[in-house]
Amino acid sequence: MTNQAPTAASAGYLLCHCCHLLSRPLHGATHPRCPRCGAVLHRRKPNSLARTWALTLTAYILYIPANLLPIMTLTMSGRGEPDTIISGVKELIVGGMWPLALLVFFASITVPVLKLLVLTFLLLSVQLGSHWRPWERTVLYRLTESVGRWSMIDIFVITILVAVVELGALATIEAGPGAVAFGGVVVVTMFAAMSFDPRLIWDRMAPKEGEVPSHSRPEGAYRMQR
Amino acid sequence: MAEYAVAEHALIACHDCDLLFRKPRLQPGQKACCPRCGAVLFRRKRSGLDQSLALAFTSLVLFMLANAYPLLRMNIAGRVQEGSLLTGIEELYSQGYWEISALVFVVTFLAPLAKLLCLFYVLLPLRLFGRRAPKAVLVFRWTELLSPWAMTEVFMLGILVAVVKLADLAALTPGIALYSFASLMVSMAAGDAMLDEHEVWDRLEAAGD
Ligand SMILES: [Zn+2]
Repeated sequence: MTNQAPTAASAGYLLCHCCHLLSRPLHGATHPRCPRCGAVLHRRKPNSLARTWALTLTAYILYIPANLLPIMTLTMSGRGEPDTIISGVKELIVGGMWPLALLVFFASITVPVLKLLVLTFLLLSVQLGSHWRPWERTVLYRLTESVGRWSMIDIFVITILVAVVELGALATIEAGPGAVAFGGVVVVTMFAAMSFDPRLIWDRMAPKEGEVPSHSRPEGAYRMQR
Repeated sequence: MAEYAVAEHALIACHDCDLLFRKPRLQPGQKACCPRCGAVLFRRKRSGLDQSLALAFTSLVLFMLANAYPLLRMNIAGRVQEGSLLTGIEELYSQGYWEISALVFVVTFLAPLAKLLCLFYVLLPLRLFGRRAPKAVLVFRWTELLSPWAMTEVFMLGILVAVVKLADLAALTPGIALYSFASLMVSMAAGDAMLDEHEVWDRLEAAGD
C-alpha cells in the first residue's frame, strides 16, 4: 500500500487524448486503440520532450527573420514603405490608436515571445526533474496552449489589406517575406504546445521512497462548480 | 490488426495531471474540477443537441454569406475597389506567397467549413434517428482535431485592425460580409460553448449504425 496519489498510469489505465475515455489495454498489446473513438492510445504523448524541443527551437530560428524582414510593403504614388511587425505597431501608436496598438503589440510580440519562453521553461523544468510549483506550471501550460492562435491577427490584417488595396498606380500593398516567417512561428509554436504533455510535470512529482508526498488525496474528491 | 483496449466507464483521469477519479454524477450545468491541478475534468451542459444543431446551421448560412459578398469597399479619389476574404487569399497566391495564402485559406475557410459540415454529419442522424452515420466516430474525431485551427474569431479582430489602418488611406464602406463575419464569430463561439462533447461521445457509443 502506497500513499501516493493514484494516477491513471500507475493503475494501468490509458486516457484517450481525443475522446477522454479511460481504458485498460489488453495484456501484450503493442499499439492499443481506444475502444470508443479508435485513436491510438499512449501512456504519455509520444516523444513529447524531443518533439517539443525540436519545434520550439525551430520557432526561435524563424522568429529572427519574422521580426527583421518586412511583413508587407505599401506603395503610394510610386513610393514604397516596407513595414515590419514592430513598425506596424509604431504606426498605430503615432496614429493615436492606443487600444489597437496594444492589441497588436500583445498578439504579435508579447504572445509569441512569452510562448517560446514558457515552453522553454517548461521543457527545462521537466528535464531537470523540478518539484517547483507544479500547479502554477500546469496553469502556465494551459494559458500557452489557448492563447497562441491570437498571434494570427497580423497575418489576417495583411490578407485583408492585400484584398482591398489594389488601385494600380495610386496604391498597392504587397506581402513580404517576414509574413511567411511569422506565420511559420505561429503554426510551429501551436504544434509545439500541442506536443508538450503537462502530465510529465506531475510524473516528476511522484514521491521517492521514504518521502512524504506533498499531494495525497483520496480518489474521487473533485471540486464541484456550478 | 487493431488491438482495442477495454473501456472503463466508472473512472476518469485528469488530462493535465493524470490523477484518477470515480466518474462524477453531475447535474446539467455542473462541472467537476481536478483538486490537484485545477483542470476541468468533466462538464455537463444545459444545452442539448437541438441547440448545437441550430447554431451549426446558423453558422453555415452566415459562413456562406461571409464568403459570397465583399468585405469592404474602398474609395480613393473616385476609384472603387472591393475585396473579400477569398480575393485576399488569391492575391497573396499571385504575389508568390503561397505559404501564407494556404495558411489563411486553411484557418479561415477550410477548417471552419469542415468543422461545421462534420458537426452536421455527426449530429443530424443522431438527433433525427438516434443512429450514427457511417464513420461518424472518425468524423467526430476529425472535428475535435480541426477545432484549434478554425480561427474565425481571430480573423474578426484582424478585420478590425485592417479597417482602422485603411481608414486614413481612403473612404471605406463595410460590406455584407463584414456583418456576416461578426455574426459568424458569435454563433461559432456559442456553438463551441453549447456543444457537450462527452454527451455526443456517449450517444455515439450507445447508438447503432
Ligand atoms: Zn489534474
